[in-house]
Amino acid sequence: MAAIFQGIGAATALSPTPSNCFDSKKLPLPSRRSLSGRKASFVVVRSDGSTNFGSGSRSQKAQKLITNAVATKPDSAASTSASKPGHELLLFEALREGLEEEMDRDPNVCVMGEDVGHYGGSYKVTRGLATKYGDLRVLDTPIAENSFTGMGIGAAMTGLRPIVEGMNMGFLLLAFNQISNNCGMLHYTSGGQFKIPIVIRGPGGVGRQLGAEHSQRLESYFQSIPGIQMVACSTPYNAKGLMKAAIRSDNPVILFEHVLLYNLKERIPDEEYICNLEEAEMVRPGEHVTILTYSRMRYHVMQAAKTLVNKGYDPEVIDIRSLKPFDLHTIGNSIKKTHRVLIVEECMRTGGIGASLTAAITENFHDYLDAPIVCLSSQDVPTPYAGTLEEWTVVQPAQIVTAVEQLCQ
Amino acid sequence: MAFASDSDDEQALDFPGGMVSYTSEMRFISESQEKRIPCYRVLDDNGEIINGSDLEPGTSVSKEVAVKMYNDMVTLQMMDNIFYEAQRQGRISFYLTSMGEEAISIASAAALSTEDYILPQYREPGVLLWRGFTIQEFANQLFGNKADYGKGRQMPIHYGSNKLNYITISSPIATQLPQAVGVAYSLKMDKKDACVVTYTGDGGTSEGDFHAALNFAAVTDAPVVFICRNNGWAISTNVSEQFRSDGVVVKGQAYGVRSIRVDGNDALAVYSAIHSARKMAISEQRPVLVEALTYRVGHHSTSDDSTNYCKAIQAAEKTEKPPVSDLFSDVYDVPPSNLREQENQLRETINKYPQDYPSDVPV
Repeated sequence: MAAIFQGIGAATALSPTPSNCFDSKKLPLPSRRSLSGRKASFVVVRSDGSTNFGSGSRSQKAQKLITNAVATKPDSAASTSASKPGHELLLFEALREGLEEEMDRDPNVCVMGEDVGHYGGSYKVTRGLATKYGDLRVLDTPIAENSFTGMGIGAAMTGLRPIVEGMNMGFLLLAFNQISNNCGMLHYTSGGQFKIPIVIRGPGGVGRQLGAEHSQRLESYFQSIPGIQMVACSTPYNAKGLMKAAIRSDNPVILFEHVLLYNLKERIPDEEYICNLEEAEMVRPGEHVTILTYSRMRYHVMQAAKTLVNKGYDPEVIDIRSLKPFDLHTIGNSIKKTHRVLIVEECMRTGGIGASLTAAITENFHDYLDAPIVCLSSQDVPTPYAGTLEEWTVVQPAQIVTAVEQLCQ
Repeated sequence: MAFASDSDDEQALDFPGGMVSYTSEMRFISESQEKRIPCYRVLDDNGEIINGSDLEPGTSVSKEVAVKMYNDMVTLQMMDNIFYEAQRQGRISFYLTSMGEEAISIASAAALSTEDYILPQYREPGVLLWRGFTIQEFANQLFGNKADYGKGRQMPIHYGSNKLNYITISSPIATQLPQAVGVAYSLKMDKKDACVVTYTGDGGTSEGDFHAALNFAAVTDAPVVFICRNNGWAISTNVSEQFRSDGVVVKGQAYGVRSIRVDGNDALAVYSAIHSARKMAISEQRPVLVEALTYRVGHHSTSDDSTNYCKAIQAAEKTEKPPVSDLFSDVYDVPPSNLREQENQLRETINKYPQDYPSDVPV
């Protein structure tokens, strides 16, 4: 698949504050400086640690693809750019950076959605792109999700690589017909004659008092659709990497973003990189218990992890990232080590990603488990508006700590 | 209490989309026009070209094209007959005919170039036939065998051929319409000298996708020709239960789309209209809506028995059969003794063994 630049060190920069520094000594790679000298090449790090170099299929432009649209923070120019490699930005800017790099690289990449053009998108992911690429490549659509998703599918079948933005993932329920019956199916039913390299993305999840209709977790509903891939980003680093990989993939990919994570700040590399669509991310290696999570819940888990470490536990935290298919290789290796699994998700209890993951783990790794799998999910209720109630539909760090303590008895 | 002010009515509102003048006369636009939109045709009921008819200037249908159109229409009908019978014989699971609507698919295909993308609904195998799909290739798809381009994954009649620019048919109704706008968008980006042609039935125009697709096409100046085969029926739903507008042609203006109503059974009129529509779509970069009036001669598909909603057959089915006495009458002007004897014998047998006698035939 696509080349990966998976810095294990970078994964530790997960908290919103840019406190962690990238320790290049931990990487089995040559140093950054020699990389920038290579024009058209990627460094591939396999999960078993071996490295090899490959050439990009398209020649790259200048390695420094930090364009005007990305606002490099004024502070960083003064203080740290000399000492630290990479540049700092917020998650929505990372998405935009990835999008822009791909639009520069391939003229077939285009964006369509509501208010993505001159308004710049409801979450500013497409800000500045319409000015740079024109109204046709960054297309504002009327309000008809099923129809502009259908439009994206038609465009994809005839050579374009569209990125369809749902203003909120919940609105894509209106596009379910096109996504299930056409997007996932047409490559198969046409006998491979027509492919659909489309990316469907948007923010979902429980926000701050957005009401039930704007707090949907669509990964539950879409996970059954054959023919599509689903990934969830959680950090600026993997947001940019997954965006680029999704665009380059010839399969239809649904990229799940989270409403509350758009303003996360992180320092990401200057060099071009891509994240593997099917790989999970090792956030914190450990020995006692495997905690599987994704998207916003990763941060609740890491918060709980701090408490757990203080209490003497050593949790291994994996951000599964790939919701369809699951990275059972990484997950399996972890289970074989710790023998205990806790799944922390934002989906509802019934029919969510956690339910599928539980089934997959039971089927494949039953013999390695010392305890039943525990899955913490949201309740099967529509998300209430009242702030206190809303907080309690989402799994909180205290519950995670309790679950781990019970698991490890 | 009106102030007489002439200048009031001369004022105009500068609203997005153009100047809107005022009126102090309250008038609702009627829900329908007085007269229905007329239907364009060039052949009369006997198949003769109507004097002074408006065959698009510059369109002379050459003899080769005319013969090929006729040839393909007949082939399509024969093919439909044979495959329909194959389904009835249990050799394929499903089939859907184009009976009565052959002219729409063949004549429209004849007016297009092979570079034009087709997004069909499901009653347009004629377009594939015109473009060179062979009977064998159709049969392979119906049987879902190894040679099927769809690799046996779709149910019968869901043809597709990227070679012939005919996008694989997908069952849900009207989903191809916004996809057509997407394909047109792709053509615009590549600045190709081609357009997109997409088909739907009268029922399909009730789907949300139809309205959004027309709207999008107009807003994005997409070179799409929307062809609606109005054959009067959506399975068992008559058009009077489908919409209250004057058919489909009037819906175009609501979205800012140029439209025309044409006789779908007049191959030359269809050819002429589509030829024009295509030129407009490409040179002016705009969508066009063509409503082709026709009639669905066959059933909706092999899964449908339209006799259920065709009254004549139902009524005939319910009427009693003729009585036994009609078996012997009219052989001669007056029944002779031997026939009278035979009738009596028959009646005795029936009385003795009533359970062996059909119950729906009166004695």
